[in-house]
Amino acid sequence: MRELALHILDIAENSISANADEIKIIVEEDLGKDILRILIQDNGKGMDAETLAKITDPFITSRKTRSVGLGIPFFKAAAEACEGSFTIHSVPGKGTTVEAVFKHSHIDRMPLGNIESTLLTLLMGTPEIHWIFEYRNNESCFIFDDQPIKETLDGIPLSEPAVMRYIREMIETGIQEARLSGIMEATH
Amino acid sequence: MPSVKSLDDLKKIREEALKKQQLKETSGKTEVVVGMGTVGIAAGARETLKAILDMIEKDNLSDIIVRQTGNIGLDSYEPIVQVILPGEEKVSYGKVNPEMARRIMKEHVLGGEIVKDFQIEG
Repeated sequence: MRELALHILDIAENSISANADEIKIIVEEDLGKDILRILIQDNGKGMDAETLAKITDPFITSRKTRSVGLGIPFFKAAAEACEGSFTIHSVPGKGTTVEAVFKHSHIDRMPLGNIESTLLTLLMGTPEIHWIFEYRNNESCFIFDDQPIKETLDGIPLSEPAVMRYIREMIETGIQEARLSGIMEATH
Repeated sequence: MPSVKSLDDLKKIREEALKKQQLKETSGKTEVVVGMGTVGIAAGARETLKAILDMIEKDNLSDIIVRQTGNIGLDSYEPIVQVILPGEEKVSYGKVNPEMARRIMKEHVLGGEIVKDFQIEG
C-alpha cells in the first residue's frame, strides 16, 4: 500500500470484523518531536495472546480466517522501516488498540495520503459504528465524532446526498484547517 | 463556504430530506456493496467506493445504500462491487475501477440493466 491512510482503512476493517461498535482513530503529526503517530482503538472482541502473536507474524499462514489481520505485518514493517515503532494491545472481550509511530522526516516514510477518503469510506460504509476521529498537527486539533450528527439526523441515513456533502466538507475543511494552523504554529 | 458547520445546518438538511421521503413511495432501496478487505484495499477498493459516493453526492441520488464488507473471497477479482436491486438477486462485478463503478451506477443501479462486460460469478 502506498499511503498510511490505506493502512488505517485496513486496520479499521479488522476492528469492524471484530464486531466493534465504537472505533477511534487518532492521527498525530508532531514536527517538534519529528513523529507521525497513528492509533486505532476499538471495543471489539479482542484477541488472546496466541492469536495476537500469529497475526503480527507474516510467516504463519495456518490461520483459517486468512483475510483478517493480513495487513498488520505490512503496517508494522512500514513503521519499523522508518525508525518508528509498532504496538498492538488486545484484551479478549474488551478490544484492540494498534499504535504505529513513524519518524516524520524519514525518507522512507509513506505519505499520510488521502485520510479524508479513508474516513468517508468508513463512515458511509459502516453507519452502525460510532466513529471518533482526531487529527492533530502540532498544537492544532480537529475532532470528529459522528454521534451528535447521527442524533440530529434521527433516522435520515448518512448516504442522503446532502448529508454526505455536509460530512465530507466538515472533514475536509477540518483537517485542512488543523494542518495549516499546526504548520503555521510550528514554523513561528 | 463557512468553515464551521453547525448542527443547525444539519437540521435543515434533515427537514428537506424528510419532505423528499414523504413524497416517495416506499419502493425499497438499492444496495451497493464494495469489498474492503486487505486485498481489495490494495487493489483500489477505496477509490472505487469513493467514485460511487461522489456520484451519489453530485447527482443527488437518494435511496441508495452503500455498504462495505470484509473480504468477499474472490481475491483475484478485487476490487469487487455487488449490486442488489430491490427484490432481485445479487450481481457481482470484478476488478472494478472508478470509471467502471460509474458505469455500473448509471446502467445497473439507475437503469436496471446488468453490465454484462464486468460481471463475475459469485
